Amino acid sequence: MLGFSWFSALAKDPKAANLPDEIFEINAYIKIHPDGKVTILSPNPEIGQNVKTSMPLIVAEELDVDWNDVRVEQASLDTSKYTRQLAGGSQSIRLGWDSLRMAGATAKLLMVTAAAQEWNAEIEDLTTDKGVITNTNTGETIGYGDIASKAVSIPIPDEVPLKDTDDFTLIGKNIKNVDGFEIVTGKPLFGYDFTREGMTLAMIIHPPAFGMRLKSYVDTEVRSMPGVKDVFTIDTSIDDPQWSDVNAFNELIVITGNTTWEILNAKKALQVEWEAVSELENSDDHMRKLADAIQNGSGNMERVDGDPEAVAARAPTVIERTYTAPFLPHNPMAPMNFFADVKEDSAELIGPVQTPEQLRASASQLLGLPEENIHVDMTRMGGGFGRRLYGNFGLEAAAISQKIGGPVKLIYTREDDMTQGTYRPAYAIKYKAALDNDGSLMSFQAKGTGMPGDSLYANRYPAGTLDHYSCEKIPIQTNISTGAWRAPNSNFTASAEQCFMDELAEAAGKDPIEFRLDLFDRAMRDPVGEENDYEADRYAGVLELIREKSNWGQEMPGVYRGVAAYFSYGSYAAQVVDLVKEGDDIKIQKVWCAVDCGIVVNMEGAVNQVEGCIIDGLGHAMYSELTFNDGVPQQSNFNNYRIMRNSEAPAEIEVFFVESDTHPTGLGEPPFPPIMPAYANALYKATGNRYYNQPYMVKDQTMLAMHR
Amino acid sequence: MPTYTLNINGEEREVDASQDTPLLWVLRDHLNLLGTKYACGIAQCGSCTVHLDGNAIRSCTFPVSAVRDAEITTIEGLSENGDHPVQQAWLQHDVSQCGYCQAGQIMTAAALLNQNADPSDQEIQSAMNGILCRCGTYLRINKAIKTAAKNS
Repeated sequence: MLGFSWFSALAKDPKAANLPDEIFEINAYIKIHPDGKVTILSPNPEIGQNVKTSMPLIVAEELDVDWNDVRVEQASLDTSKYTRQLAGGSQSIRLGWDSLRMAGATAKLLMVTAAAQEWNAEIEDLTTDKGVITNTNTGETIGYGDIASKAVSIPIPDEVPLKDTDDFTLIGKNIKNVDGFEIVTGKPLFGYDFTREGMTLAMIIHPPAFGMRLKSYVDTEVRSMPGVKDVFTIDTSIDDPQWSDVNAFNELIVITGNTTWEILNAKKALQVEWEAVSELENSDDHMRKLADAIQNGSGNMERVDGDPEAVAARAPTVIERTYTAPFLPHNPMAPMNFFADVKEDSAELIGPVQTPEQLRASASQLLGLPEENIHVDMTRMGGGFGRRLYGNFGLEAAAISQKIGGPVKLIYTREDDMTQGTYRPAYAIKYKAALDNDGSLMSFQAKGTGMPGDSLYANRYPAGTLDHYSCEKIPIQTNISTGAWRAPNSNFTASAEQCFMDELAEAAGKDPIEFRLDLFDRAMRDPVGEENDYEADRYAGVLELIREKSNWGQEMPGVYRGVAAYFSYGSYAAQVVDLVKEGDDIKIQKVWCAVDCGIVVNMEGAVNQVEGCIIDGLGHAMYSELTFNDGVPQQSNFNNYRIMRNSEAPAEIEVFFVESDTHPTGLGEPPFPPIMPAYANALYKATGNRYYNQPYMVKDQTMLAMHR
Repeated sequence: MPTYTLNINGEEREVDASQDTPLLWVLRDHLNLLGTKYACGIAQCGSCTVHLDGNAIRSCTFPVSAVRDAEITTIEGLSENGDHPVQQAWLQHDVSQCGYCQAGQIMTAAALLNQNADPSDQEIQSAMNGILCRCGTYLRINKAIKTAAKNS
């Protein structure tokens, strides 16, 4: 069923029809201007995944307007008009596709119907192109801008035809970022840039360690420092927190003032005492706990097919490997921030948040205001990567504004941001697999743990491709706060699984792509189980495409190649990494990537997302980790936390999309997970060493001691 | 608090700020020039890059008292209408994802081309290495610089 919630927003004011200069709100997504220009509202938060371009593009496609006549506006949070105004899980296009198309198609039909009435013609005799309706019998034409006033009073038809995908003229083309010009000219698009007359600046101080809380502070000296307005504490705890209310530090010290620099100086000068209230954790202990769980623990068997343990016990070859990955901060380039103006009976919250609806609900509890009295606007986000799913900063701004009784912009420093928590969990996975004498995979056992949780999906590949399979999960507790981080769980599981597959293929004496395809072949012919969450033919399809495009198997002297494939967020991605040696250095010469994400909405934006996933994924696999000493994060800024830099990026990336006319699926995340193992597998070819522990360029690569 | 007269984007601007105030915060908080971004505050990421007499500097660690008579150019002053070859090349290659670091990338690229009209791949990488982009737009950045060099 298609979502029709936006119908309620249809302009019904009959007076509107008598005002030719009026802008006509055809529905919640579309405003038609008298000159034929069109404003399309983009419902979802923009975090760099480019939905502010691609979502309106889908509307424009069905509306049949010239893209040059379209102006895009970010919609406010409005649950009466839109569903799921959320940026996460690579779902904006996937879940928005039908209603965005319907919005455009319905508006077009209303205008065509109005024109037909005007001309006393049949709808079937009218065509549309670039915002102009033509009567094919008489040759008469009328622009959308001239008919919109009549269209708004036409009742919504029961059936609305959608375009055949073959008739798309915008979808699949290269369309530039609608905010491109504003970005390159430095316009204040971001939450950090938001200003309003009379606004106060605020910064927070959170405990320096997980497991600590505020004991006391002395502010007499700080209060007399120049530019400091106030020093106080806030508590953002609420009685009924939602999933998005992850926060290790609800009680915070706040300093408000005139300028950032003055508040920064006050932050440094404030004397604060903290007290430990729970364990102050260390990275060495984390590794020990992960190792102990993997070696000795037993947890929840989420899926067992056949009897993999018995098969392994009598198999000629059994291979067991353990993989680990550290905690990671999100580090979007713009640190957390939010604007709030809380009044007696209403509140305005403006800023970068991936979950505006959840923020409003939690703010309603915190402020004691009904949700309908809280207005939330989304600014463009300086990156999200999952961090801005958790709107603690929005609640903090709201609490501060309520306390001071005026508008405030809360800003974090990089250090505040990187040491606040909500990290990607630390993980470990042990795989055990048996091969028969022909090199066929007989059994596959996955055992996963994490702090907290685990990263396994029981019904993902290779489940379904073999008779004997199991998936076991052993969660470990921690007081370090964690959350979704670009391609949650997959961002590690892909590395572990696809590196292991590479070792299995080698032990089986088979080409790594061939080895994988053999498994998919079984899953296509005769899948084991009914819960498998992937389509084997599409999974095999991206591997076949990348094999062909990269000339896999061809001798390339001096080039060390690795391959991997992964399925996540409804999309399939396969990558080949080519490494070359330059002296002692190993350089990434080229990355080849094949993606099946259904229909590609905006080719330019899609390729950009894939390139970004590859570079971001490589950097995190190679260099990034967050460690702890007595609960204190040991990395707090880019001087000691490393992400990929320009000269370290692959020299070239080539992207291929599987041609498809099926419903579009995710793209901001799916190409991210497989690049890590594709790189590690290439590195093995170059160095002769297998890579088990992320980050690969930093950590000792020997496996957990007990396995050696 | 001392008063400084600064030459910013071709205009004289007066600000009252303590002498150690980083130029970044003078631009953002005192002058409402919000195109120059904060991201690390310790000269590690380059989002705050502006020009000081045509050279790229990190405004987050550059005290206002050290500016003196130098001419400051920010992203807002790089061109009248966004028509600097680097800005145009950025649009042509659709470089931006989230866009937050791009002012720093563009200002660094423009300073590079001021000094080296036809940089090699290696010279581009070495000049741009200090400017972080978590979205991973580096390849487009490098291509855009090549295009800008051609069109300058």
